[in-house]
Amino acid sequence: MSNIVDARGLSCPQPVLMTLNEIKKVNKGEIVVLVDTDTSKENVSRAATTQGWRVKSIEPEGIGYRIIVAKD
Amino acid sequence: MSTIKNFFATRWGIISVGAFIGIFAPLLQKWGNPANMGVCVACMERDIAGALGLHRAAVVQYMRPEIIGFVLGSLIAAYAFKEFRARAGSAPIVRFVLGAFAMIGGLVFLGCPWRAALRLSGGDGNAIFGLLGLIGGIWIGTFFLKGGYNLGRAQKTHTSVGWLLPLIMLGFLVLMLIFPQVPGQEKSGVLFYSVKGPGSMHAPLLVSLAIGLLIGFLAQRSRFCTMGAIRDFVLFRQAHLLLGFITLVVVAFIVNLILGQFNPGFEKQPIAHTMSLWNFGGMVLAGLAFCLAGGCPGRQLFLAGEGDGDAAVFVLGMIVGAGIAHNFGLASSPDGVGHYGIPAVIIGLLTCLFIGFTMRKEVA
Repeated sequence: MSNIVDARGLSCPQPVLMTLNEIKKVNKGEIVVLVDTDTSKENVSRAATTQGWRVKSIEPEGIGYRIIVAKD
Repeated sequence: MSTIKNFFATRWGIISVGAFIGIFAPLLQKWGNPANMGVCVACMERDIAGALGLHRAAVVQYMRPEIIGFVLGSLIAAYAFKEFRARAGSAPIVRFVLGAFAMIGGLVFLGCPWRAALRLSGGDGNAIFGLLGLIGGIWIGTFFLKGGYNLGRAQKTHTSVGWLLPLIMLGFLVLMLIFPQVPGQEKSGVLFYSVKGPGSMHAPLLVSLAIGLLIGFLAQRSRFCTMGAIRDFVLFRQAHLLLGFITLVVVAFIVNLILGQFNPGFEKQPIAHTMSLWNFGGMVLAGLAFCLAGGCPGRQLFLAGEGDGDAAVFVLGMIVGAGIAHNFGLASSPDGVGHYGIPAVIIGLLTCLFIGFTMRKEVA
C-alpha cells in the first residue's frame, strides 16, 4: 500500500516539506500526495524529481490533484 | 512525460518573468515613478494607505495602479487557466498581524524585497544590508518551518470570498477615475494625493495599470516570489525561484545603466537612509514575517488574486500596518529611522517569535 501525504489546504512550503519528509522516511516505493492548488502540484513534482523520484501520475481529485511519485 | 505543462513554471519561465520585471520597473521610474521604486509593493501599499487617509504623511499619498493591476492581472490569469480557487480560514488574524509587522519592518528599511532588489540594481549600497536582513529573517523562519510551524489548513469556500480583494482593488480604481488627481491639490473627492515627495511622482495611470496587470498575470503563472526564492534555497537548496529574483536584479541593473539611472554609493541615495543596522534589522523583521506567512508581499497580492482569502487578509494587514507606521512615527525617512522605529522592530520580532514558537500544531 502506498504512503499518503495529505497536503490539501496547506500553503507553501508545507506540501513540499511533507513530501520530502516522506521521501526521506520511505526511501523508495510509491507515495501518494494530495494537493489542492496548481502551485503545490508543480512544487511537489519539482521537489520529488530533484530527489531522484519520478512523477508516475497526476490525476484530478476533488478540487485538487492526486500525485503519485515513485522510486524503484 | 512532461509533468509541467505550464511554461512559466519552468526554469526559462521564471527567468523570463524576472527579466520582464527587471525591464519594466526601471522604465516605470523613467516614466515617473520615484527613483529605485519602479515597483515596490510595500511602498505602493503605503501610498495607498495614504490615499485612503489611513495615515496623513503628506508626501506618500497615491492610489498606486500597479498594486491594483497585480491583483486583477493575477485574477485574469487564474480564470484564464482555470486556477481560481476560493479558499480561506488558515489563521487569518495571524496573517493580518504578520502583514502589519512585515510592513513596519519594510518601512524601517524603506522598501520590500522588490525594492531592495531595485535599490541594489540602482547602485544603492544600503540595500545590501536590507538584503542581508531579508536573508537573515527568512533563515530564522526556516527553523520554524523545519520544526513543524504551520498555520493550519485553508478550506474551500464561496467563490465570492475569493473575489472580495479583487473587488476592493476594482473599487480603488473606480475611485481614481471618479476623483482624479487635480494638479496642486491635496485632495480630490475622498482621495488624498501628494503634491510633493515620492507620492507625487508616478507614471501615467494607464501605463502603471497596464504594467501592473501584465506583471500580475505573469507572476500568477510563474509563482514568482522573492521570499520563496531565498527560502527554497535555504530550505531545499532549490534555486528555481531564486533564478527569477537574480534575473530581476541583473536585468534591472543593465536597464538602469542604459537609462542613466545607476548611481553607486551609500550617501544621499533616493528615499533611503544610511543606518545600516536598522536597514538590516527592519528587513530581518519583514523577512521573518513574510516567511511565516508563506509569501513575499507581491506573492500575497497574486495569491489574493487567485482566490486566497488568507493572503488577502495579509494584504489588508500591510495596508493598515502602513497607517500605523506613519501615524506612530515608526517609518524611516532619508534622515534615518523614525522616532519609535527601533522599539517597533523589536516588538515585531518578539511577536513573530511568539507566532513561530507557539503555532506548531501537527497536521492531522
